Amino acid sequence: MSAEPSPQSPWQAATITRIEKRTPRVTSFWFQPSRPFAHLAGQHVDIRLTAPDGYQARRSYSIASAPEAGGGVELAIERLDDGEVSPFFHDVAAVGDEIELRGPLGGHFIWEESDGGPILLVGGGSGVVPLMAMVRHRTLRNTAVPVALVFSARVWDEVIFRDELIGLDDRRDGFDLVLTLTREPARRPSDYSRRVDARMMAQAVERLPKTPRLAYVCGSNAFVSAAADALIGAGVPAGIIRTERYGV
Amino acid sequence: MITRGFFSGRRPPSDTDARIPPGQYLEQGFPVLSAGPTPRVRTEDWSFTLKHGPKPIKKWNWAEFNALPQSKMTRDIHCVTAWTKFNTPWQGVMIDDILADAGIEPPTAYTLALSFDGYSTNVPTKDLVTGKAMVALLYEGKPITPDHGGPARLLVPHLYFWKSAKWVNGLQFTERDEPGFWELRGYHMYGDPWREQRYSSDR
Repeated sequence: MSAEPSPQSPWQAATITRIEKRTPRVTSFWFQPSRPFAHLAGQHVDIRLTAPDGYQARRSYSIASAPEAGGGVELAIERLDDGEVSPFFHDVAAVGDEIELRGPLGGHFIWEESDGGPILLVGGGSGVVPLMAMVRHRTLRNTAVPVALVFSARVWDEVIFRDELIGLDDRRDGFDLVLTLTREPARRPSDYSRRVDARMMAQAVERLPKTPRLAYVCGSNAFVSAAADALIGAGVPAGIIRTERYGV
Repeated sequence: MITRGFFSGRRPPSDTDARIPPGQYLEQGFPVLSAGPTPRVRTEDWSFTLKHGPKPIKKWNWAEFNALPQSKMTRDIHCVTAWTKFNTPWQGVMIDDILADAGIEPPTAYTLALSFDGYSTNVPTKDLVTGKAMVALLYEGKPITPDHGGPARLLVPHLYFWKSAKWVNGLQFTERDEPGFWELRGYHMYGDPWREQRYSSDR
């Protein structure tokens, strides 16, 4: 396999350099693009798979790694049983494989340190991935911008990046993690065991030293609709809420 | 570049190939995508304004707009996030009929569609007229749900679906081709699915 040589093509070959299982359904893949690029926290890449007969499947995946992180671009890919791209990654892809990738893409669902804060992040399931890039960007920039992350997962073992997030929470440096489990009791005193609602969002806002400057919500369409409505119910102005949705 | 070990995929039936633009896959559901929360626009608060630059030409309230001639369009739609959905049935007011009711010919070659949530998207005027586009009021015979842009959304089915602005509340004729919300954020100025014009760097 070789890289597409065309200088015109926005697509490029990227080599998988590392694979790590995150949860039973989510695995992280690190890609080293042949033409390295600088991305912003929250951006995504497009991935294109090509079968021997020329059939192509193309999907977008959010970047989990911080712009400052070395070691390639991390995508945390959730296995969708009826999918055609995510099962390929989970069942077939191996370190050393070359995959076609295009990016970075997206100019709306992004946060840079210079955008300031406080920032409220609300993620459901693998919707946490672009938010993780923002949290990691904050950490690596060593900035004091207050950030609260409300992360809804079904169960404790499906909390993607759990150890890393709890480690960051324990630093008490202005990053605040709120986990809510929808199908299990809460494990930590400050966590919840229910779906996101306006009261939870109001309490998340109260954890910030002042009103959030921006709120980012990412997850399935149903999750984002519910979470955005909950934020508005908690008094967060619609105009500062940015959303990214996936699924039907 | 052939991907090692990728064979199966979710190939569409071959008789539908000609209807699926490059890089798209066939979707049975109707995914929802938007840049912000879903606005709940009440029809009593709804209005639609035709503007030339900043200057209003004509404004309709919900009842007045619904009294305009209504047409049906059943079309395949193509989202830049790679899904294509066949045979989506819409009913609404053709842009041609809106212009006729205002008694005008299109004054400029470019148009910005404007929405209640501040969203905008640019479409060449010629892509809106001669039966190509409508302001849709019904989907599958029922009022369009807020998630899908109700009470009214633009429908320009031959372009990527972000051009079909949700929660539309007006059209503004502009002298130049002015980028809208997503076009300012890296998406293509025109957005032809058959030429795969997804991002600004695509030709």
